[in-house]
Amino acid sequence: MRLQAAGVTLGYGERTVVENLDLGVHSGTVTTIIGPNGCGKSTLLRALGRLLKPQGGEVLLDGKRIDRMPTREVAKVLGVLPQAPTAPEGLTVADLVARGRHPHQTWYRQWSSDDEAAVGRALDMTGLADLAERPLDELSGGQRQRAWISMALAQGTDLLLLDEPTTFLDLAHQVEVLELVRQLHREASRTIVMVLHDLNLAARYADRLVAMREGQVVAAGDPHDVLTEDLLREVFDLDAKVIPDPVAGTPLVVPIGPRSRP
Amino acid sequence: MTAFPLRVGGLSWQVRLRGTVLTLAGLLLLGLLMALNMRLGDIDMSLAEVVRATFDPADAGHFVVMELRLPRALTGALVGGALALSGAIIQSIARNPLASPEILGVTTGASVAVVAGVVLSGSAYGGASGLFSAVGIPALALLGGLVGAVTVYALAWRRGLDGYRLVLVGIGVAAVFTNVKYWLLTVGDVNDTGRAMVWISGSLNGRGWEHVVPVALALAVLVPLTLLGTRSLAALRFGDDTVTALGVRMNLSRALMIFAAVLLAAVATASAGPIAFVALAAPQIALRLARCPQPPLLSSAVIGAVLTAGADLIARTAFSPLELPVGIVTAVLGAPYLIHLIWRARK
Repeated sequence: MRLQAAGVTLGYGERTVVENLDLGVHSGTVTTIIGPNGCGKSTLLRALGRLLKPQGGEVLLDGKRIDRMPTREVAKVLGVLPQAPTAPEGLTVADLVARGRHPHQTWYRQWSSDDEAAVGRALDMTGLADLAERPLDELSGGQRQRAWISMALAQGTDLLLLDEPTTFLDLAHQVEVLELVRQLHREASRTIVMVLHDLNLAARYADRLVAMREGQVVAAGDPHDVLTEDLLREVFDLDAKVIPDPVAGTPLVVPIGPRSRP
Repeated sequence: MTAFPLRVGGLSWQVRLRGTVLTLAGLLLLGLLMALNMRLGDIDMSLAEVVRATFDPADAGHFVVMELRLPRALTGALVGGALALSGAIIQSIARNPLASPEILGVTTGASVAVVAGVVLSGSAYGGASGLFSAVGIPALALLGGLVGAVTVYALAWRRGLDGYRLVLVGIGVAAVFTNVKYWLLTVGDVNDTGRAMVWISGSLNGRGWEHVVPVALALAVLVPLTLLGTRSLAALRFGDDTVTALGVRMNLSRALMIFAAVLLAAVATASAGPIAFVALAAPQIALRLARCPQPPLLSSAVIGAVLTAGADLIARTAFSPLELPVGIVTAVLGAPYLIHLIWRARK
């Protein structure tokens, strides 16, 4: 178990979003969390990435409590791409990606050949090498998202948490980003946890789906077992048909309409 | 941005060409302005005369150079450097190019404390002169500056520090302090308020070694420490979640850097009053000239020193024998240049 939430209670101030939740992430898998708006899936991901301190319970990274580890040591093994991240104005792609080396640098080791190599690799993998000197503000949404993923890659971690990496992207760019995620997973068997909105893409690109509703895990497992018509009704209040995806064979959701109230 | 790596064994640094050239050119210009500040005044001296006067205690000009012009020029340069460094840090943390120590309540807090001290001590007690002027006013300014900063920090803190919230609270607190200051000026005796007005414009008039030493010490300690924090500062410009994801101890780094900025601004203000615009303009000028994404700390400090030293030269000599408070000149010089830079960047 790479990463584990053990009985975590999460919230902001007085408001509790997730209560007493357990979730384990296995090494070398792509886990995707799905659920309706406000179900706590992003909150859970932030807690797994120690961006949010649990009000109760604990998050364990390789069996150790993540909040007791020095945050810089965590950053060497765990990369997090927050939802809708913001960068300072005028930053170039190369500047952004180079910032991913932060946890490996000190004032006397500011730019080692390792740093340079890691940044070059990250730019190549995301196909951004030609755009390296362009300001981030001038890129398209898809390119910008790839730049952020590239930054997380330069961090050189084998564990990556991605919070809605496809938001605001058109379908072609969504597929492009998810293909990149799949490639990252296959090439170095990285462990990836992400939050996605699109159920069909989630089913296609995940080894394991976790469905959440109102701060609880309703179902977790193989996409074929999780993404069923009953689950859609229970979790999303949605009447839908689930058929095999003609391309990938994974479950494909065809919505009928909001759940008919009995 | 041209940067090249400098590697020795396992050690490595990044040398930014433009930033390095800018810093060196700034230091050269600063040396030139300092020399002019030594030469020009009520009695103009040649460079040779300045050198002779510096090293010969029996020389007629010794007192003028060593006790009047040099400490004044040094106070100006050091104060300018400290304010600019403080501004560069605050602008990075607030993620806002228009932030300055004023936002942290430092300058306005210092102003209220000094005006209160000058007005309330009153002419009946001999007014703001002698020991009170030499020690009391800087001490009051330092205290007021720190109290102002703590007020803003405490009000802006809510389960962490948000740059935007900090700026808004800072503006509110500054408005309150400024109005308390005006109230004190209205109720005070005319002579006292006159003296207070000169101080709150930011003046280098009559600055001696006792004003040089505190700023020099503060810079000697804080410049190396803030330079060590440069990389954290670069990370702190990102959104909060990204900062933590990169392994930066966000609240600690932020608090330490703000503390350094507050100390720099408070000590500078204690020595020369709230000199306007240097903390705001110098980092932005440095950032644009060095073409880097965040205000470069060292270049900002050097530009701040150049700006203040140049402004004081003008303040002392341009309308001789009338002397202007340096803060008025920095505002008149700095504002148009900043507007020019922003206008050029927009095109």
